Amino acid sequence: MSLISTLARLEAVEAGRARALATVRHRHVSERPLVFVPLTTAGEAGAPLGALVGTDPAEPRLLVVPQPRDRDLRFAFLADLAEAVLPYVDAYADAVEPVERSETDPATGGKVKVEVELCLDAPQLVVPSRAGVEYVRLLGRSMRFRRTAEQDPETPFPAPPRVPLLGRWLTHYGDRARVPGSSLLVAATDLLNRHWATGQSSLEDQHLGALLAWIDPPAGESGEAAALRAELGRDQGGQLLCPPAGPATDPAFDNRLLAPAIERYDRARQALGAAEDGEAADERLGALHRAEREVRRLVLSQLRPTWDAVWRALELVRELPPGRRVADRWTRDRWSFTGHRDRVRAGEPPQPRRDDAVTAARKLAAREAAQAQLEAQEALDDPLVMAGRRLAGEAFAGEVVDVTMTWTESKRPSPRPLVSVRTDDAPHLGAGVKAYRSLDGRPQTAVFVGYEEDGGGAGGGRTVVLRVLDRMGRSREPAEGSVPEKGDRIVWTLFEHDQRVGPKLPDPEETPWTHGGPPRQDAAEAPDPVTPEDVL
Amino acid sequence: MNHEVSDPSSAAAEATRGILRDTLHGDARGVVVDSPPGAGKSTLVVRAALELAAAGRPLMVVAQTNAQVDDLVLRLAEKEPELPVGRLHASDADAYDKALDALDGVVTSTKAADLAGLPVVVSTAAKWAHVKGVEPWRHAIVDEAYQMRSDALLAVAGLFERALFVGDPGQLDPFSVVGAEQWAGLSYDPSASAVSTLLAHNPDLPQHRLPVSWRLPASAAPLVSEAFYPYTPFRAGTGHGDRRLAFGAASDGSAADRVLDEAAESGWGLLELPARHTPRTDPEAVRACALVVRRLLDRGAAAVSERAEHPVPVTPDRVAVGTAHRDQAAAVRAALADLGVAGVTVDTANRLQGREYDVTVVLHPLSGRPDATAFHLETGRLCVLASRHRHACVVVCREGVADLLDEHPSTEPVQLGVTVKFPDGWEANHAVLSHLSEHRVAWRP
Repeated sequence: MSLISTLARLEAVEAGRARALATVRHRHVSERPLVFVPLTTAGEAGAPLGALVGTDPAEPRLLVVPQPRDRDLRFAFLADLAEAVLPYVDAYADAVEPVERSETDPATGGKVKVEVELCLDAPQLVVPSRAGVEYVRLLGRSMRFRRTAEQDPETPFPAPPRVPLLGRWLTHYGDRARVPGSSLLVAATDLLNRHWATGQSSLEDQHLGALLAWIDPPAGESGEAAALRAELGRDQGGQLLCPPAGPATDPAFDNRLLAPAIERYDRARQALGAAEDGEAADERLGALHRAEREVRRLVLSQLRPTWDAVWRALELVRELPPGRRVADRWTRDRWSFTGHRDRVRAGEPPQPRRDDAVTAARKLAAREAAQAQLEAQEALDDPLVMAGRRLAGEAFAGEVVDVTMTWTESKRPSPRPLVSVRTDDAPHLGAGVKAYRSLDGRPQTAVFVGYEEDGGGAGGGRTVVLRVLDRMGRSREPAEGSVPEKGDRIVWTLFEHDQRVGPKLPDPEETPWTHGGPPRQDAAEAPDPVTPEDVL
Repeated sequence: MNHEVSDPSSAAAEATRGILRDTLHGDARGVVVDSPPGAGKSTLVVRAALELAAAGRPLMVVAQTNAQVDDLVLRLAEKEPELPVGRLHASDADAYDKALDALDGVVTSTKAADLAGLPVVVSTAAKWAHVKGVEPWRHAIVDEAYQMRSDALLAVAGLFERALFVGDPGQLDPFSVVGAEQWAGLSYDPSASAVSTLLAHNPDLPQHRLPVSWRLPASAAPLVSEAFYPYTPFRAGTGHGDRRLAFGAASDGSAADRVLDEAAESGWGLLELPARHTPRTDPEAVRACALVVRRLLDRGAAAVSERAEHPVPVTPDRVAVGTAHRDQAAAVRAALADLGVAGVTVDTANRLQGREYDVTVVLHPLSGRPDATAFHLETGRLCVLASRHRHACVVVCREGVADLLDEHPSTEPVQLGVTVKFPDGWEANHAVLSHLSEHRVAWRP
């Protein structure tokens, strides 16, 4: 944790209310996000209990599995989920703009311009917490290898038609969420934690209710008291006032309310199966519906507070103006969405269970570049974030007190002005350290020359001498406005603003011997085998 | 197996012979050499390079940093001034050490094609990764292979047919600034070390070990070996009487002087500050580090070793201060400047890897912390900091680290398929701390 965020937390404790960590919004928030609040069944991996899903805060769609161990009901749930999610995804697939992209021509090896489609906007999925993101991955993994009757008439347990496709999309979204700064799939807790510091630990910050209590406490109540109530408060029946944001449910709810209700549902179903005549069947069907409604009511009681909390979180984050470079990162998300759309349309098989060596290395490199880019962009977009970097000695702000023109000693001398900057910050400068400033949105490089001997002066500041190296044009005299002028107040960073392009890795078919050679070509991966657990 | 050879020199020579035999005449595609701190890794790399060049096998050498590459080229040129050596470098203005320009045998270029045909070409892994469309080299030497990430090896492995991998398994593991848990346990986990991927796919490669540390004194080798290399022990190349540290001026009785005397006597000193939770750049501890260095230089320390007949003064360039974080290093540098000390190296463990000094002063990674995170517990970090010295090491630390360790047992999730590192940082920290406690001097500010 950086010094400035520690300070913000201390201030939050003192004030009893969260403190801002940012002055602008650093993540894209769609105008019409799809909020997805899932719940899972205790004790069984990947058995959904229910979910609220939808784009309208007032009208969530409730999906419930009244008996989560019943595979048919589970498939019905997934089919309903596909019907709720896929139309939303599809709605973005056809609104495109033409974009030029340079690609390598396989025949000549040279760069050629090709015109490709880029989706104008992309669907955004919002879940309550990081555990929700993980659950999206799990659902994706459990669905994408399923086969429908259409794909494989022989399959013993065909999946409903659109379920494998939903699995592929959720897998893609789950994978994209690992890219720093991406916004296709976001957790509400991450959105809030990026922009506010609370007076509790970062572990406690994973509790959406407690987090909101610090940021947006009820009138007249301190954030700390509200957070404590959100975490621990129970009603007379022993149920949490603020149910967990899931996907795990509270054990007290499971034991006292859910389990009896599911048992009543089971009994009603058995009774219906044992009905001997039509009249009895009708009556027992009514009982079954009542039992199912009761389970639905219970599940909704756990989901609804979280649903409202996610929308409240979105509201809070939306109040901040977006950072300048947020749209740039969202464009990358749009590329990611468009790319997967194209792969689905081209009939490619689902994403493999495990990445091969080359794909894994590529993904890691892309994420590291995204992380470095995110850190730089957030600082450039937001003076409060930059203040943290300045405090850490990774940037400094100062006033230009002197500019001396010098030139390189070559046949065609280029300008290399020396700029003296008076700063009160304490950057980690040393021989050969480069500093960058933003000039018309692009970085200009300077190199640290030394400190000016001015005896410290009043206020304990220092004068840093930098030599500007680039972006001054080709002629002997630097281009207009390209050299800092006396009196300018400039922020210099010691970190680069853009990322260098990493090396090109070999193609998977050329994986070297050190990494096990090319992956085996078993064509598309086989679907998950059926286990006894699939046929309860 | 290793039969015991009594004389360290012959033991080291025999190990080297075995390595060169497998490298030059073996039929395995790779040879792995584990080298503890100061065991002559660089010497081995230079020797292997010269022998491969002499055998007429075009060789590429992969090192991890530009400083390592330049150092290697200088060593090669020193040993064999006639040998043409290529230095492949980036296009930045200060991409390589300008001292190389003065050497006749060295050719520098930004393009691999310009250097084709030279017997030896040296560059960083990052630069090699951009080399495309060239004839593969017959042989490669990968230096600091344990500090190289698996994905970096993936990018360069297509450039060579066979390779000698050399490195120190006890130093800092490579790391990634983003999570890589999704690949944990895969044999080619891109965030793992190059050697672990290599051996996972080629378990039958010959593995060698250099058995003698020429850097660490007899007072340090057993501790470092036991704490960090329990299953692959090594020993010091020198005996207890071979190295001594003496001061021109007597102690003034201050804590800094007493801890220096203790370290000169026993090889280790622990300057213990009162227990306290502090920010990372703990001003008292930082000042204590600077003061110890200042007193060391003021008192005219002189080192006696096997390298020279007479005592050699310990000059600032033979002293280093090691920290865990960059801001700590910056704070120590500022404190040293305030005390008028110049020329002493102050850096983080990551940057001190592979370097050697007479005396080191270490700001303990856990000093003053309220918690012990995986970063601060990492075995390699402590190992690097505790194994840079030829004579003595002074550790500056707040009291209470042993309790802190007991309150924070390792809680890293266990990943299937990942080899458990042993000893873990928790265990190694305790081992070092209990040894240091025998050389404790209390500091009362």
